Amino acid sequence: MTRTLSAPVTVAFDYTRSTGPVLGRFLTGLRDGVVVGGRTSEGKVVVPPLEFDPVTHEATTDFVEVAPTGTVTSWTWVPEPVKDQPFDRPFAFALVLLDGADVPILHALDVSSPDEVSTGMRVQARWAAERIGAITDLVFEPLSASGPTGVEAIGDNPVSGVIVPVSLDYLYAASPEESAFYRGLNEGRIVGQRCPTCQKVYVPPRSACPSDGTPTAEEVEVSQTGTITTFCIVNVPFLGQKITPPYVSAYVLLDGADIAILHLILGVEAAEVRMGMRVKAVWKPETEWTYSLENIDHFEPTGDPDADYETYRNHL
Amino acid sequence: MRDVAVVGFAQRQMPEFDGSPTCVEMLVPLLAECYEQTGWTRRDIGFWCSGSSDYLAGRSFSFVSAVDAIGVIPPVNESHVEMDLAWAMYEAWLKIQTGEVDTALVYAFGKSSAGVLRRTLGLQLEPYTMTPLWPDTVSLAGLQARAGIDAGVWDETAMAEVANRSLTDAEKNDWSIRKGGSSVEELLAKPMYADPLRKHDCSPVTDGAAAIVLAADDKARDVRDKPAWISGLSHYIDPMGMGTRDLTRSPSAERAAAAVDLNGVEVAELHAPFSHQELILRRELGLADDVRINPSGGALTSNPMFSGGGIRIGEVATRIWSGEVAKGVGHATSGPALQQNLLCTLVSTPEGASN
Repeated sequence: MTRTLSAPVTVAFDYTRSTGPVLGRFLTGLRDGVVVGGRTSEGKVVVPPLEFDPVTHEATTDFVEVAPTGTVTSWTWVPEPVKDQPFDRPFAFALVLLDGADVPILHALDVSSPDEVSTGMRVQARWAAERIGAITDLVFEPLSASGPTGVEAIGDNPVSGVIVPVSLDYLYAASPEESAFYRGLNEGRIVGQRCPTCQKVYVPPRSACPSDGTPTAEEVEVSQTGTITTFCIVNVPFLGQKITPPYVSAYVLLDGADIAILHLILGVEAAEVRMGMRVKAVWKPETEWTYSLENIDHFEPTGDPDADYETYRNHL
Repeated sequence: MRDVAVVGFAQRQMPEFDGSPTCVEMLVPLLAECYEQTGWTRRDIGFWCSGSSDYLAGRSFSFVSAVDAIGVIPPVNESHVEMDLAWAMYEAWLKIQTGEVDTALVYAFGKSSAGVLRRTLGLQLEPYTMTPLWPDTVSLAGLQARAGIDAGVWDETAMAEVANRSLTDAEKNDWSIRKGGSSVEELLAKPMYADPLRKHDCSPVTDGAAAIVLAADDKARDVRDKPAWISGLSHYIDPMGMGTRDLTRSPSAERAAAAVDLNGVEVAELHAPFSHQELILRRELGLADDVRINPSGGALTSNPMFSGGGIRIGEVATRIWSGEVAKGVGHATSGPALQQNLLCTLVSTPEGASN
């Protein structure tokens, strides 16, 4: 048995960003097959253009079209590309000084071995067929005899926003204490831990008592019956919702625990759910159990009289 | 200015931590070490500041979970930076300078191995023209290394000399995860990885955490015979873009060096995750040939994300406490290709300490 449980997790979000006038001008150019730089107060042509001048701090307004050809000023080999890089096979990242620019741009260079790239080599832009106004609308390749192939402008409205999808893959590990909790659930048990200092029982267990920082060690199995300490009736639909509203989410303080867990209440009209109501765990069929709190399908009323307020007033 | 000293330091470094990326499990014993070194309890700490990133943890609010390691009843005075431990320490130093508190414990943690570190760090880049290309950390360092080689500022032999000295020194550091010096010839005979970088030119992916304790004036003298007094602290930043700065130099490191007094420094712990970056830093700091560089083995042999910089300061402090040196400098970097640089000079006597 490994010390801890772990599982792959992907965290993804599409970042939507407005471009502003300067980067918008640059990205509009890429969409239309031209590379646009900005001239600084010192007369230097910078690609991509700087939004504000490094000396005067004025907004950049002097735009200059530079050539889609240039010279490599530095490069590095990428032997093991990572997800979403311009190529999924080995390639080079390069700093390319475009003809007409005074500082180089960082981009990908399509070569199949480090022997095919050198500082000082001449390169050209290769435009994507589908261009959206993004830095990925082009890559660089060694200069061909015929030079770069030009492309037609795609739109006449300026690019004002970009969507940058970010997707990160992790192997997410649970702490040893969380691992014990999930292993317990896989066996139909709810396992917490007791703080040796304040005697509080935490479910799920944590690596240290959040009240006093003491590591928790003593494992405690708690009851599958408990008391609703507070609840809310969910009427609003949202992305990723698994249950049709209205339904009740409640904090259930399991007998023997000092921290309530959040779970679903079924088997009772939403309007009848109340603080102090006694409920019990209803498990999914054992064949469906895994290392998850979802092994407990929901909680439902036991039918017992409500708990006295005094029994849970310190757990609200 | 109040005299503030580093009086506690603890660290953990490992290739792969098999626990939760909230790292509470790693932090509890680290904090315990700090209490033991100072004789304090958590209630003697006036201010807390942590450094971490949810992008590294792969979950939200990982720094809130980490606070479990402190225990927060009664409530604590706490802050967080999405920066290395060295910057958390800078915030704590400022907090002590305000006079509001006399003591601080700063900690930082990161489980770099949970994701693909060199890719995750693409999220610290300019989001319009850089991140969509996912330039990984190793590639950006490679572009910088090549620029210096092409310009004749350094060569592969100089890079291998850095690696060999670091790997040799790392043999004496229990926390270094890559160690074992050989010879420059042997290192140069190894294959290229990300041409012009060989694997030994790149710091290994490292999980870990570290903590530093600061105290002012008599509080520091109560803890240690020779507190490591902070005589200077400076931080400067270069533009992020790779095209708009001379990659063979580090103007921000040069400015940081000009803002502190490096005269008489005996030891320098430089946060150089790539071998050529140590060469840049040595030049910008103007360190004399007799200054001992990275006796710990440095970040090239072990570089836990979010604590790799602060550990440099802790390593120097340890040598001041023991009396081994009277003055040293710790350096921390952040951002692509040495974009940000922080220097912290530490001395054994606070007299004349100024900022």
